[in-house]
Amino acid sequence: MKRLMMLVLATAILGLALGASAEPVKIGMITTLSTTAAYLGEDIRDGFQLAVDQEGGRLGGVDVELLVEDDGAKPEKANQIAERYMKKDGVKIMTGIVFSNVAIAVVPKVVRDGVVYLSANAGPSQLAGKGCNENYFSVSYQNDNIDEVVGQYVNDSAHQNVYLIAPNYPAGKDHLAGFKRYFKKEIKAEVYTKLGQSDYAAEIAAIRAAKPDAVFFFLPGGMGVSFIKQYAQAGLNEEIPLYGPAFSFDERLLAAVGPVALGVKNGSQWSHDLDNPANRQFVAAYREKYGRTPTLYASQGYDTARLIGSALKVVNGNLEDLAAFKAALRKADFESVRGNFSFGSNQHPVQDLYIREVVKTDDGNYTNKTIQKVFTNHVDAYAAECKM
Amino acid sequence: MIESPSSSKKKLILVTAGALFLAALPVAATWSGDVYLISLFTRVIIYALAAVSLDLLIGYGGLISLGHAAFVGIGGYVTGILYVHGFEGEPLLGLFGGTDNALVVWPLAVLVAAGFALVIGSLSLRTSGMHFIMITLAFAQMLYYFAVGLEKYGGDDGLPLYSRNSLPGLDLGDDLQFYYVCLFCLALFLILTSRLVSSRFGLVLRGAAGNMRRILTLGIPGRRYQLVCFMIGGAGAGLAGALLANQTEYVSPTLLHWTVSGELMVMVLLGGLGSLFGPVLGAAVYLLLEEILAMYTEHWMAYLGPILILVVLFAKHGLFGVLTGRED
Amino acid sequence: MILFAEQILNGLQLGITLFLMSAGLTLVFGIMKVINLAHGSFYMIGAYVGATVTAASGSFLAGILAALGAAGISGMVVELIVLRELYQRDHLDQVLATFGLIFFFNELTRIIWGKQPLFMDVPTWLQGNIEIMAGLVYPVYRLFVIGVGCLTALLLWFLFSRTRLGMQIRAGASNRRMVSALGVNIKLLYTLVFGLGTLLAGLAGVMAGPIFAVESGMGESILILTFVVIVIGGIGSVKGAVIGALLVGLVDTLGRAFLPQLFRLFLSSSVADGVGASLASMSIYILMAAVLILRPKGLFPSHD
Repeated sequence: MKRLMMLVLATAILGLALGASAEPVKIGMITTLSTTAAYLGEDIRDGFQLAVDQEGGRLGGVDVELLVEDDGAKPEKANQIAERYMKKDGVKIMTGIVFSNVAIAVVPKVVRDGVVYLSANAGPSQLAGKGCNENYFSVSYQNDNIDEVVGQYVNDSAHQNVYLIAPNYPAGKDHLAGFKRYFKKEIKAEVYTKLGQSDYAAEIAAIRAAKPDAVFFFLPGGMGVSFIKQYAQAGLNEEIPLYGPAFSFDERLLAAVGPVALGVKNGSQWSHDLDNPANRQFVAAYREKYGRTPTLYASQGYDTARLIGSALKVVNGNLEDLAAFKAALRKADFESVRGNFSFGSNQHPVQDLYIREVVKTDDGNYTNKTIQKVFTNHVDAYAAECKM
Repeated sequence: MIESPSSSKKKLILVTAGALFLAALPVAATWSGDVYLISLFTRVIIYALAAVSLDLLIGYGGLISLGHAAFVGIGGYVTGILYVHGFEGEPLLGLFGGTDNALVVWPLAVLVAAGFALVIGSLSLRTSGMHFIMITLAFAQMLYYFAVGLEKYGGDDGLPLYSRNSLPGLDLGDDLQFYYVCLFCLALFLILTSRLVSSRFGLVLRGAAGNMRRILTLGIPGRRYQLVCFMIGGAGAGLAGALLANQTEYVSPTLLHWTVSGELMVMVLLGGLGSLFGPVLGAAVYLLLEEILAMYTEHWMAYLGPILILVVLFAKHGLFGVLTGRED
Repeated sequence: MILFAEQILNGLQLGITLFLMSAGLTLVFGIMKVINLAHGSFYMIGAYVGATVTAASGSFLAGILAALGAAGISGMVVELIVLRELYQRDHLDQVLATFGLIFFFNELTRIIWGKQPLFMDVPTWLQGNIEIMAGLVYPVYRLFVIGVGCLTALLLWFLFSRTRLGMQIRAGASNRRMVSALGVNIKLLYTLVFGLGTLLAGLAGVMAGPIFAVESGMGESILILTFVVIVIGGIGSVKGAVIGALLVGLVDTLGRAFLPQLFRLFLSSSVADGVGASLASMSIYILMAAVLILRPKGLFPSHD
């Protein structure tokens, strides 16, 4: 009798295990793997993949299948991929979009169709305030966060006035608005440049003539690389300190910018030197697997995967009851590499924000060193507008 | 340009087969459960419409425009702007309210695109050859940067719509119905343009492309014919833009970027220049190649590039030319 | 006043960088009547190879030489394999083929060098600034670029008007059959001209490396500017390329520097910043459209 019980039990367990492993949960990643921003998508994917590989193809003990596709930074193409993920592959969880304009094109549509979207990078204000949705989670930040922290830091410093520079497009204006939200002293000038511009001689000459106490810039990707190089070549880095959000100072860009970025202070929600067990483990494992220091994008990809894992575990891989899955996500019951992490009322992160400084390492490379925590449990500015 | 009897017979067979395929596709896709194919082919059809309108310019009018995406973008923005004003109940320019009625929006998109084509065309047609290529590019880039700086309508972030346009008696939100509406638009435009190119208008147009001086000495205002051709092309692209805005429920400056103009040109050439039906094939092959290659490798561009080159080197009249056995 | 002088200098410097790119393109178009959309790819190859060799050898001059070699040789290979077949074809076929080349080269650099931008700094002997006149300090490297640009213009002028090869090239441009009947190997000549054109693009790329971001796709943003330059100057004319490049450099730089301020005179500052910046982005395209409307073949139309 006892033996029979054992047999029944064993079969039941086997059946459960088989049942769980028969149908892996599909996660659709739409990200940018071509164009000049290709490395951002690569890091998000690699960070995410690392979390999956560490569990041997599972997240939260549930088998997952990660689908990855390149959107070429084109909103329309991303839409097409999302459509296929939903209709052909039956994907219920999506992530990975790098750019805000792509996210604005894709996210409202997929969340309406019952997909849970977790942002591993873009956090546009449109989706944080009035356009928030209970199927949409930002695991990275609300875009302005990274500028707000620098605004507060510069406001607390001895600088009396600041010169602002950003590309002439909405994200540029949003990022400067984020800075100004916490910087209450004098704005010397606000300059908007051409999107994709590479020569900044004219702007730098104007900065030199204006003699501000400090310069804050938001110029993502190659634009920032060109600007920082030319700023230093004009000798201005020794006269007027430069501040910016983390986007122009991730470890892969620093390798391309090199010594000219030395000493620049930048704001971020994460850094590879944050001292918590999850982060130490992540940074070591990432270096081991990919042979490079993770960027903030990689950390966001990794956190996104681990968050998904924590919720999959609660519902045991069953996405039929999407409400339960979302409730589990909202708890954010996972060890974030950022340390403190929880979701606010608009399902955007409530997290600490830091100022880092670019320093030279012993082996001659350049990296970020965290110098100050400026905000603790910071809530984004749009949460109040979100009615959920 | 002379078609042998066997070639025109092959063409007839091919066009019929293509039409049957596109008409039957949604039914087959629904039956086999691959419904995502419907939206993929909706996109193919819309791009085909834009490519056919470009073929009218290049293949018949001899007007090599590298700024055709501008008109697609204009059509898209007309749709988007009217939608937003209708959605938020704020009158446009304080004059008239926005709307999402396709019977108003789409003709307006076509008209506005044609209007822009009239202005851009009348300025650009003062030049010819390589200069024409570049001046059309210049105008498209101007509009691109204008759209990027257009803060009220989202600038570079673009303009999300929250639903498709409404069309009395139909539900465009339904992918199947929307597919057939797009297919209807493409068919209509193809019929219109193929009648046009075989009319006197088409003859003058081809004459002007070949030898403008001769046309002028015949007392025919060749430039005016080219301008009308440019406007019709722009109008077709405007319609494509309106449809595209509906399909993706989103409009952004990327629609106007010069690389989109380049891709449209690639579709025309890939399919076969001056064949009207060829660009439909070209659009399908280009978009499907992109889609399929990207599914298998993130380095899809490294394959797509050489494929394009091979087509140029070995298929003189594009794929449509190869299939119909068109000769010089 | 000092600021204005500095902005003029900035405009000239941007113009000369553009000239380096344009010279090769206008040469290839003027002589071989080939539209090469992939010209920017050779600029990118120049920058990537230059950055890699400079980093490995520690010598900027070695980097320049390697960049010139790589861009020139890859150009000749492309000419042999792809473009040679397309001379007799329509411009459109050339557009399609070279569009394909852009895809290929962009992806190839990502495969070889990875997806992130590449490091390249100003060599130590060209670092620093010098005071040109009271209050006007200018980076040495940018002056170096101006010098290289002027030297290139002189060399090209010398090549075309004073050497036998230049004469053959010019003759080949106006009458291909005649020149080949005179026993000149026109095929080889064309390969060499194309290689020279891409070599100039490579030079522009390696010179731009320390100033701009070295990244896959960097060629396309400058390619369009280059087309604007040669169309304004008159396609096929090296003199036109010089004038067109300087004009575009000046209009672009001065527009960015002063348009927002101009609009602030009669608009509120936030509106002025937006409108000024938008108009500055469009300025060179407006310039090009205006030139073409007034002079449909550009400022210095070549003889045809």
